Amino acid sequence: MEKSSGLIFEKSSRGRKAFSLPEAAMPETEIESLIPGKYLRKNLRFPEISELDIVRHFTHLASKNFNVDGNFYPLGSCTMKYNPKVNEDIASMEKFRDIHPMFPEKYVQGILSLLKEMEEMLCRITAMDAFCLYPAAGAHGEFLGMLLIRAYHERKGKIRKKIIVPDSSHGTNPSSVHMAGYEVVSIASDKNGEVDLEALESALDEEVAAFMMTNPNTLGLFESKILEIAEKVHSRGALLYYDGANLNPLLGICRPGDMGFDVVHLNLHKTFSTPHGGGGPGSGPVGVKKHLVPFLPVPVIEEKDGGLILNRQKPQSVGSIKSFFGNVGVIIKAYSYIKALGDEGLKRTGKLSVLNANYLKQKLKGSYHLPFDKTCMHEFVLSAKKQLDSGIHAVDIAKGLIDRGIHPPTVYFPMIVEEAIMIEPTETESKNTLDEFVNTMKEIAGLAAKTPEILKKAPIKMSVKRLDEVQAARVLDVCWNFEKPEDEGQEDG
Amino acid sequence: MSIPKDFKYTFSHEWIKIEDDKALIGVTDYAQDKLGDVVFVELPKVGTEIEAGHEAVVIESVKTAADVYTPLSGKITKVNTLLDKDPSFINSGPYGKGWIFEIEIRDKRELEKLIDAQVYENKISED
Repeated sequence: MEKSSGLIFEKSSRGRKAFSLPEAAMPETEIESLIPGKYLRKNLRFPEISELDIVRHFTHLASKNFNVDGNFYPLGSCTMKYNPKVNEDIASMEKFRDIHPMFPEKYVQGILSLLKEMEEMLCRITAMDAFCLYPAAGAHGEFLGMLLIRAYHERKGKIRKKIIVPDSSHGTNPSSVHMAGYEVVSIASDKNGEVDLEALESALDEEVAAFMMTNPNTLGLFESKILEIAEKVHSRGALLYYDGANLNPLLGICRPGDMGFDVVHLNLHKTFSTPHGGGGPGSGPVGVKKHLVPFLPVPVIEEKDGGLILNRQKPQSVGSIKSFFGNVGVIIKAYSYIKALGDEGLKRTGKLSVLNANYLKQKLKGSYHLPFDKTCMHEFVLSAKKQLDSGIHAVDIAKGLIDRGIHPPTVYFPMIVEEAIMIEPTETESKNTLDEFVNTMKEIAGLAAKTPEILKKAPIKMSVKRLDEVQAARVLDVCWNFEKPEDEGQEDG
Repeated sequence: MSIPKDFKYTFSHEWIKIEDDKALIGVTDYAQDKLGDVVFVELPKVGTEIEAGHEAVVIESVKTAADVYTPLSGKITKVNTLLDKDPSFINSGPYGKGWIFEIEIRDKRELEKLIDAQVYENKISED
């Protein structure tokens, strides 16, 4: 029965209600007597439907949602690992759930000590000196990182203008740099897919405030010259920034702080298993070395007289960057994850994520072009270059996977690989799932070679078939057209 | 892949057509092919002074977003507003209707850094 698809507006029927209110205890007043007429819109078209129809509508939509609980989700750079359900139970415990951020400190010592301990655990995992848990997501963390770097240089009396990023960087990196008022300098990668030391050297002038990178990089390769990079960057008075999107494979093995990074942001919703991808919210804590601690946002959780307080008296702080204390529910879930795994578990996480990615890489490199054929970390990048001859692009392979119940990998990123297909299986997938994926990818490579016209039509099994993405982007139309106005009266803009 | 002989080029895939003190700038056929269907072009403002090597334009395609750098310093004298309505001109006519902006050349010495069609052709055949 297709009746339950379609927009909620299409199911609307004039006068239908999903509520019944008791008679008002107060006399009713006309709205016009309370709000000036010019502010009143007469033609508001809210959908009018019954409670059952609302429930059906959203249940039906929810069932169309693709999620890691349902299917394999090898979306490179996003670390779509399984989100253990126990984390949800803990975060929704009444004693966490029902506290209010405006309670005085003395009533919320429990959550403050959890947050404080979380800061300390993240310091230990990354070898940093202090953490701020407030940023709401990775890009927010990057932006805070940029503000901290600016504050550091300003304090030293030298306002620097530029931030260097590799040409393989995550798109959010140059965006955050821009947002913070810095100029982006992009440097090319070398033939091994790593940072080109010569290019870095020549870009590093005294206007450079920081070099922003991720390790492993977006090709899934460990930057083998990281210590040399750190040395070069620091010798010019610049700072080294770590985008933590790719921290997963390093867990328990090596730490950004030991590599020479001055500022890091983490994505709790990637590495530390909190839900994301339309299901957020995220959390992007930022860690710093000693020389940046004074600039961290307020309030800072500190010990005083045997208890914990929220200290807002930090004259060098960049200020407040988020209402209250960040996405605390998410932080609790990540805390629970770290506690459950322990040091050994975290280490196993990192190792298995690398093993799974290398397993897939070895199995798939015969069917697809592998531009950088060496041991990868938690992810690797294939190219659909071989398939181009029969007119098949990365996007067609992605659509073919949708029909086969698999979320497509990240495609067309990183931009330095033509027809890129970036695969990150994560540690939580079994060998059976990985083998099924390999078979599916091989089947698609076979289709691409023999019957590309079939693959070009994919997806055919979904409620929405192949979309005209070009037309959709060029002629963007996201408004529902009400064909028959239900009310006379003024039109609303 | 078309590479008009009378234009100048950059290694970052811009073409430059020089007319006295002014230069018309766009992206090459090779660049538009790599970008795929262009869906949006963020044009610079007429009158802006920009420096060579800096980002002047952002092109968004279905696949990606790419910066276009100005190879020459100077004042932007014209932009192709046709691209606001139909950015697909970048795909259908990269050297014609898909031109992006015109600049008043400030320093003719910068022209020496531009490459000719043959060098550009060699460069893209390496890629």
